[in-house]
Amino acid sequence: MIAQRLALSLLILWAVSVVIFIGTEILPGDVAQNILGQSATPEALENLRTEMGLNDPALSRYLSWAGGIIQGDLGTALTNGRDIAESMTSRLINTLFLAAFAAVMSVPLAIFLGLLAVRYRDRWPDKLISATTLASISLPEFFIGYVLILIFAVNIPLFPSVASVYDGMGFFARLNAMALPAMALTLVVLAHMMRMTRAAILNVMESAYIETAELKGLSSFKIIYRHALPNAIAPIVNVVMLNLAYLIVGVVVIEVIFVYPGLGQYLVDHVSKRDIPVVQACGLIFAAIFIGLNLVADITALLTNPRLRHPK
Amino acid sequence: MSDETLLKIRDLEIAVEGTSPLLKIVKGVSFDLEKGKVMGLIGESGAGKSTIGMSAMGYGRGKLHTSAGQVILNGRDIAQAKRGVLNQLRGKEVCYVAQSAAASFNPAHKLIDQVIEATLEHGLMSAHEARTRAVELFTALGLPSPETIGDRYPHQVSGGQLQRVMTAMALCPKPDLIVFDEPTTALDVTTQIEVLAAIKHAIKITNVAALYITHDLAVVAQISDEIMVLRHGEMVEKGTTDQIINDPQQDYTKALLSVRSAQHEEKPATEKPVLDISNVTAGYGKIDILKSINMSLDPGHTLAIVGESGSGKSTLARVVTGLLPPRIGNVVFENTPLPPKQTQRSREQLREIQMIYQMADVAMNPRQTVGQIIGRPLTFYFGLRGAKRQARIEELLHAIELPVDFADRYPAELSGGQKQRVCIARALAAKPKVIICDEVTSALDPLVAEGILKLLADLQEREGVAYLFITHDLATVKAIADSIAVMHQGNLVRYGPKRQVLNPPFDAYTDKLLTSIPEMRIGWLDDVMAEHST
Repeated sequence: MIAQRLALSLLILWAVSVVIFIGTEILPGDVAQNILGQSATPEALENLRTEMGLNDPALSRYLSWAGGIIQGDLGTALTNGRDIAESMTSRLINTLFLAAFAAVMSVPLAIFLGLLAVRYRDRWPDKLISATTLASISLPEFFIGYVLILIFAVNIPLFPSVASVYDGMGFFARLNAMALPAMALTLVVLAHMMRMTRAAILNVMESAYIETAELKGLSSFKIIYRHALPNAIAPIVNVVMLNLAYLIVGVVVIEVIFVYPGLGQYLVDHVSKRDIPVVQACGLIFAAIFIGLNLVADITALLTNPRLRHPK
Repeated sequence: MSDETLLKIRDLEIAVEGTSPLLKIVKGVSFDLEKGKVMGLIGESGAGKSTIGMSAMGYGRGKLHTSAGQVILNGRDIAQAKRGVLNQLRGKEVCYVAQSAAASFNPAHKLIDQVIEATLEHGLMSAHEARTRAVELFTALGLPSPETIGDRYPHQVSGGQLQRVMTAMALCPKPDLIVFDEPTTALDVTTQIEVLAAIKHAIKITNVAALYITHDLAVVAQISDEIMVLRHGEMVEKGTTDQIINDPQQDYTKALLSVRSAQHEEKPATEKPVLDISNVTAGYGKIDILKSINMSLDPGHTLAIVGESGSGKSTLARVVTGLLPPRIGNVVFENTPLPPKQTQRSREQLREIQMIYQMADVAMNPRQTVGQIIGRPLTFYFGLRGAKRQARIEELLHAIELPVDFADRYPAELSGGQKQRVCIARALAAKPKVIICDEVTSALDPLVAEGILKLLADLQEREGVAYLFITHDLATVKAIADSIAVMHQGNLVRYGPKRQVLNPPFDAYTDKLLTSIPEMRIGWLDDVMAEHST
């Protein structure tokens, strides 16, 4: 079962690579023009294109690109001639670090708030949790980012407004620098996860075995924690993984606001320069992360199902 | 109040919260239950018997709440008690056994952890002591490998075993009272008798008091000291089991007692069968569910197919209707073999075989009126429209003994019995020669079911339609069948005219099936179990 999912994931990743390649292929713009400027002569442009391999047929370019990726070679950036994999690594680590920081704050908080909302269903704590998380998801993330800067960097100068990190920085200094973007991300993903936790548990609460637990004299919180939560794990893990993927893939805006040197910024920089190989590489990395996290969600759902774990 | 009184219920009224005027489910019921005694609560669905049982635990499902009266358990009135107080006695003084143990166990935890949970929660024993007690109870309830069965998950254990594990779960904290809510209703008849005997034995050795809720008077007669008959939330009659079974005072009780006694005079065999199932082997995937089945149905007759769940009787219905093409063999209708697949059959062939289902609820489109539901086959098969169609709908409603103005009602506005009648009318509308009835009375209360059986018999006499009647209930078979086919694990174990099938000499399975049907007399269970053990 798991092997099947894995194979399917690889197939999807391949399909995505094709889509990315075709997509960047039909984009307007020309990197040679970008490098040489508007005043370049047609001959110079043509020479540069040939040199960069832009005139080869699409299929052979796809094959050499995909072949390189399989060997771990993401190609070289057209604009500065650097190895993409190399310049990407440190930025990918930064992005993953920020995502992990936000996840460590948001996932337990979301599940705890979800449990709390179920325990006090339709009473004021539930309504308060729903209202605040809904408000935070409804506000655009750049707005949340600036509000956080206003409060925690300007009015109460607790954290720096620019999240600049560099190699060799201490762990806690790093956390301090990243506090505001991580907070902004937490607020963005919290509502989705919390509401899904609430809905998944409420769904389970309708089951007959919850009544059994109630008639054993268990307290409400024990019933939710011990009897409802284990049966709601699969949908919760699913939404958590989707949000983790968003934390990695969707952080472009937050990284730009806080000037954080992550993968999102790298991508945006090179999109504006029409540096197709970098855009393709980033797209593929994002897709791989997305597919990988969903694979984890699927496998967790399989593993948490007692019928599959303990066959008859 | 004597020292021996465990539960004292006085003028209990239970209503649906927020209704105006207050919708009362239980209307002023009173009774006492002494320590170590078993009280049977009996009635049809909607009688309020489960609601009363739940109130002994201070529990109301959904929006139900106690609007008046007292529930005194061990000297304390718990009718209006708070959750915190109730949590102290639930799972300690009073425990619960539900109808569907399969749904009442948490699929995510091992059985043993669930069985001893309440005992540990209330600090009654150490974990080790609780486990030891659980294993003792598993042994007493006759569960296989009592030492290790607790390490399994609910889905790894059969329905009858789960019901016994749930009984062990209720007994584990040594409660004073157990509420049994239809604990054997969902089980096959041969499983029911084993579970019933196990429960009876466990009650005897632990000397626990019990409220035993069921709709089956024959079952409750085996286990209880006293019986209370309920209807529409009110008490009809109360007395010792002997009084209720042997000397009932009320007409309603008498009707409940006579419900299984209906008989049907067997019709003589005819020359040519209308439907002939010839050497059918069928199944799903690589597994054969049906193995070389041969049987035939005479025109205007009823062939009852009897078997427990998993015997393949519904699969046979799917083969006859063409939903499941057989691997080997075929179905012959009036000398013409029917194409195996439904999609290959002509409209005329489809018309001749109609079907009525167990769950009338889900067999009808809730957004269509009764008139539309019955009218559809009239237009589809006969092209009837307008006034002609209307006239025929009224005729059919008349045939199923419903008022003509029911044509404008929606299924949700009908009772269970009325819904099943509409399904019968829909099948009749096609003027079929054969109707397949798949457990059509299983979901109905006994008296309502009796009405449906009578209607089916009348219709057969008038219209000459033949029934392929699938059921697990042998009492129903006696009331309706001309011939009987007994199925077990996909095989036809016994087949022939009713008189022959129901009389000795029996094969082992039919004998077991027949002796497992609860009889309406005290001591039946003891007699059967004594016979089994010799």
